[in-house]
Amino acid sequence: MAAAIPLSLLVLLLLGPGGWCLAEHPRDSLREELVITPLPSGDVAATFQFRTRWDSELQREGGLSVLLKADRLFHTSYHSQAVHIRPVCRNARCTSISWELRQTLSVVFDAFITGQGKKDWSLFRMFSRTLTEPCPLASESRVYVDITNYNQDNETLEVHPSPTTTYQDVILGTRKTYAIYDLLDSAMINNSRNLNIQLKWKRPPENEAPPVPFLHAQRYVSGYGLQKGELSTLLYNTHPYRAFPVLLLDTVPWYLRLYVHTLTITSKGKENKPSYIHYQPAQDRLQPHLLEMLIQLPANSVTKVSIQFERALLKWTEYTPDPNHGFYVSPSVLSALVPSMVAAKPVDWEESPLFNSLFPVSDGSNYFVRLYTEPLLVNLPTPDFSMPYNVICLTCTVVAVCYGSFYNLLTRTFHIEEPRTGGLAKRLANLIRRARGVPLL
Amino acid sequence: MGLLSDPVRRRALARLVLRLNAPLCVLSYVAGIAWFLALVFPPLTQRTYMSENAMGSTMVEEQFAGGDRARAFARDFAAHRKKSGALPVAWLERTMRSVGLEVYTQSFSRKLPFPDETHERYMVSGTNVYGILRAPRAASTESLVLTVPCGSDSTNSQAVGLLLALAAHFRGQIYWAKDIIFLVTEHDLLGTEAWLEAYHDVNVTGMQSSPLQGRAGAIQAAVALELSSDVVTSLDVAVEGLNGQLPNLDLLNLFQTFCQKGGLLCTLQGKLQPQDWTSLDGPLQGLQTLLLMVLRQASGRPHGSHGLFLRYRVEALTLRGINSFRQYKYDLVAVGKALEGMFRKLNHLLERLHQSFFLYLLPGLSRFVSIGLYMPAVGFLLLVLGLKALELWMQLHEAGMGLEEPGGAPGPSVPLPPSQGVGLASLVAPLLISQAMGLALYVLPVLGQHVATQHFPVAEAEAVVLTLLAIYAAGLALPHNTHRVVSTQAPDRGWMALKLVALIYLALQLGCIALTNFSLGFLLATSMVPAAALAKPHGPRTLYAALLVLTSPAAMLLGSLFLWRELQEAPLSLAEGWQLFLAALAQGVLEHHTYGALLFPLLSLGLYPCWLLFWNVLFWK
Repeated sequence: MAAAIPLSLLVLLLLGPGGWCLAEHPRDSLREELVITPLPSGDVAATFQFRTRWDSELQREGGLSVLLKADRLFHTSYHSQAVHIRPVCRNARCTSISWELRQTLSVVFDAFITGQGKKDWSLFRMFSRTLTEPCPLASESRVYVDITNYNQDNETLEVHPSPTTTYQDVILGTRKTYAIYDLLDSAMINNSRNLNIQLKWKRPPENEAPPVPFLHAQRYVSGYGLQKGELSTLLYNTHPYRAFPVLLLDTVPWYLRLYVHTLTITSKGKENKPSYIHYQPAQDRLQPHLLEMLIQLPANSVTKVSIQFERALLKWTEYTPDPNHGFYVSPSVLSALVPSMVAAKPVDWEESPLFNSLFPVSDGSNYFVRLYTEPLLVNLPTPDFSMPYNVICLTCTVVAVCYGSFYNLLTRTFHIEEPRTGGLAKRLANLIRRARGVPLL
Repeated sequence: MGLLSDPVRRRALARLVLRLNAPLCVLSYVAGIAWFLALVFPPLTQRTYMSENAMGSTMVEEQFAGGDRARAFARDFAAHRKKSGALPVAWLERTMRSVGLEVYTQSFSRKLPFPDETHERYMVSGTNVYGILRAPRAASTESLVLTVPCGSDSTNSQAVGLLLALAAHFRGQIYWAKDIIFLVTEHDLLGTEAWLEAYHDVNVTGMQSSPLQGRAGAIQAAVALELSSDVVTSLDVAVEGLNGQLPNLDLLNLFQTFCQKGGLLCTLQGKLQPQDWTSLDGPLQGLQTLLLMVLRQASGRPHGSHGLFLRYRVEALTLRGINSFRQYKYDLVAVGKALEGMFRKLNHLLERLHQSFFLYLLPGLSRFVSIGLYMPAVGFLLLVLGLKALELWMQLHEAGMGLEEPGGAPGPSVPLPPSQGVGLASLVAPLLISQAMGLALYVLPVLGQHVATQHFPVAEAEAVVLTLLAIYAAGLALPHNTHRVVSTQAPDRGWMALKLVALIYLALQLGCIALTNFSLGFLLATSMVPAAALAKPHGPRTLYAALLVLTSPAAMLLGSLFLWRELQEAPLSLAEGWQLFLAALAQGVLEHHTYGALLFPLLSLGLYPCWLLFWNVLFWK
């Protein structure tokens, strides 16, 4: 989705001390938040599906949850939902705790489809709803719109209505600016009875490539035919001057028999020796291959990690019901501390917006990223599980059984051998033998 | 009992085979040809049917209406192309991005082994442009490809226009489960080959190309489109791929379904489908189509850029828009709707296309002959070689037995020593020499082109073709004197042993070829078998020699060209035919080097040496 700028909607709802059962100060503890961010291309993530109570509970209450309209949310490129529950201290000495429930829903809208080919968006176009009133229970109800990179030059884009305040923070190593719309601010909604935030591009950005993250990866199967293949992972470090290490974790099913001696890692045309390799070979039908490597990615480079494999023949009951679809190979997992462009300050969790906690910062100079590459679909040599296959199997069995006897019949000749009487000595010996009751000669 | 080991019955059987050999051979050959001709008649040819459940029962409603948009795109493309003289990469990138695709380019270059005079190219470098439509909520594990090959001349701009309009339409839909790659390649098939090799990260043909930036998982199916006019009268479909590979029959069935649904006029090999199969006319017309398909498949060249996809196990076919003088014409919307329908149904696929036939012959668009039914034809032809070999073996055996018979009952191990004693020594030289000729034929023309151009006033391409012909002809002069090197006591048995080896060699080769590319195997068997069976150093030698020359692989190629044009109702004159023959030779060598087509090495390393052995037998002294 390079052409479109998909929009990420992040709804964070936090029920603070008290939770849903105590309800001592419900009005003070509910915080809700909507963050709208244009994304760079190549967003791939796992999809979680949880069932939560919020749709029925919160739909009545107004606020941001009016936007959660199922038919719009399922017309998107991606969505994920999560629930986090954790204990939090009520006071400094932690004598009593309460529970914090956090529900998140991340949705990636395809702005190209919703905007009819333009990159403009508005709340109404995305959700077919506008915000009419703040949640009566909420103590904080805000909408954040990412307007980074564009505020130096006000000519390119326009947000309507214009925000009253902005908020700046360092997210994933870059400085971001957000326009804040506070729904509890009575002036915000009262003007026109609804709030429909819109973003318009004054000059459509023609050749403006979306900002590329410092670390991204791509994975594919190379080669053709059903005997061999190669798993290749491309790791991109687009940081202009900093090299950083990446931990690459691969789990490969046993039916792809990896040849570890073919493992090659090259960056910038040179061999790149990993500083740490852990390999646990697969056992047939018991455990997959596990390959873990710590690789140093040079600045501004592409590193190719490739390893060859052979496709195993499965037992015929081990094939899935749709064997010709191929077999999935799970994504590689990349974990890295990526250097930041801007140093991040340690933040006060209570004061800062909720979405900050989604991007943990280990220290000021770098941030932690875990990436999952795309899963792969690998075809294994598959017998034709159809009627002709069965017929062939059966016929071959019959032929194999019959062949022996037919060949025998065709080639064997029978001769009747006259019993020869033998010499005098033999006859004598037999006489003696008969008398002794021993088998004859 | 003991039918084979009982010496009395064995001798009776042997006598029967020896006595009835000639009639049996003739009968078997005639049966093979007759079987092939009978393939077009209804009990052997069956109606096609959709086997894939995922594509069969689902209904699709086509909504494509971007005819004007397609024409506008096509006009722009043609204008930009005319201006820049090459593929307008920047314009394509911009346009693809504006319809919402993820766009990448790939540059490639290739130095051909010698200048290609048909396409007028030698050092080729170009750029492929492709845009990926990412399916929502999918992990990019599977994809479909719509490709338009653009050659050096300014054809196919309407296809690019339609591709872009379809991309714009597809982009707005939410039902996609597989990514769709829209690929425009430069230098038609060379670009496709470069892209495919880069996509699968292999290098088969020595192409230099930049690595691909964007991928979309395993390609499930591909459709290549060739359109050069705003309106079409019919759509022609090409299925024959590299080395005679064919796509799964279901893909063709899918195309046919949408032809019928949209009321499009669809042709196969440029021939309309006969309506009436019960009378004689239908099957006769079907035979014409069938022969055209056999000739095309036998040539082993990719007929359209889909042919290169088949190596990577991507089911693919080429659709060609034909604009002839027919009255009723269809616009781009009709073609677009057919394509939309095909892609939507391919999008439904749960598994790779595998249900239907991979090996088939087509006497019409809705009729097919399956492998089980056409294989007997070539089986009968090869039986001739088997019978002849058996006869020779028995004659050699009989001769050997004559010496031993007074000794006692001959066991099954008897025939070996005497016949081999003569055979082996005298066989080594002709076998080696003819194989060496084949190797020279394979290697020298391309290797020696520069030497040839220095010493003779010819261009490289001509030099290659002329060297080919020279070595081929030289082969006729060389080996029939070779056996003189080895002195033999029994000259008669010498040639018999050689012919026996040659027959078995030929039968093995033809059998293997027929399994992988039936058409080629059948055509070669039809022509080579009679001459091979007849060749012997006695009798009307000039007649045999003429027959053998007429059925040599090169003469076969020439004959096929004439038959091909005859069937297309555009007969060739002799001079034209010769020109076409020379061009075909050059193309054959080129296609081997650029795409990995196997016909040239097969003929030069396998069949030509084998044929030389028969030539050798004929001139055995």
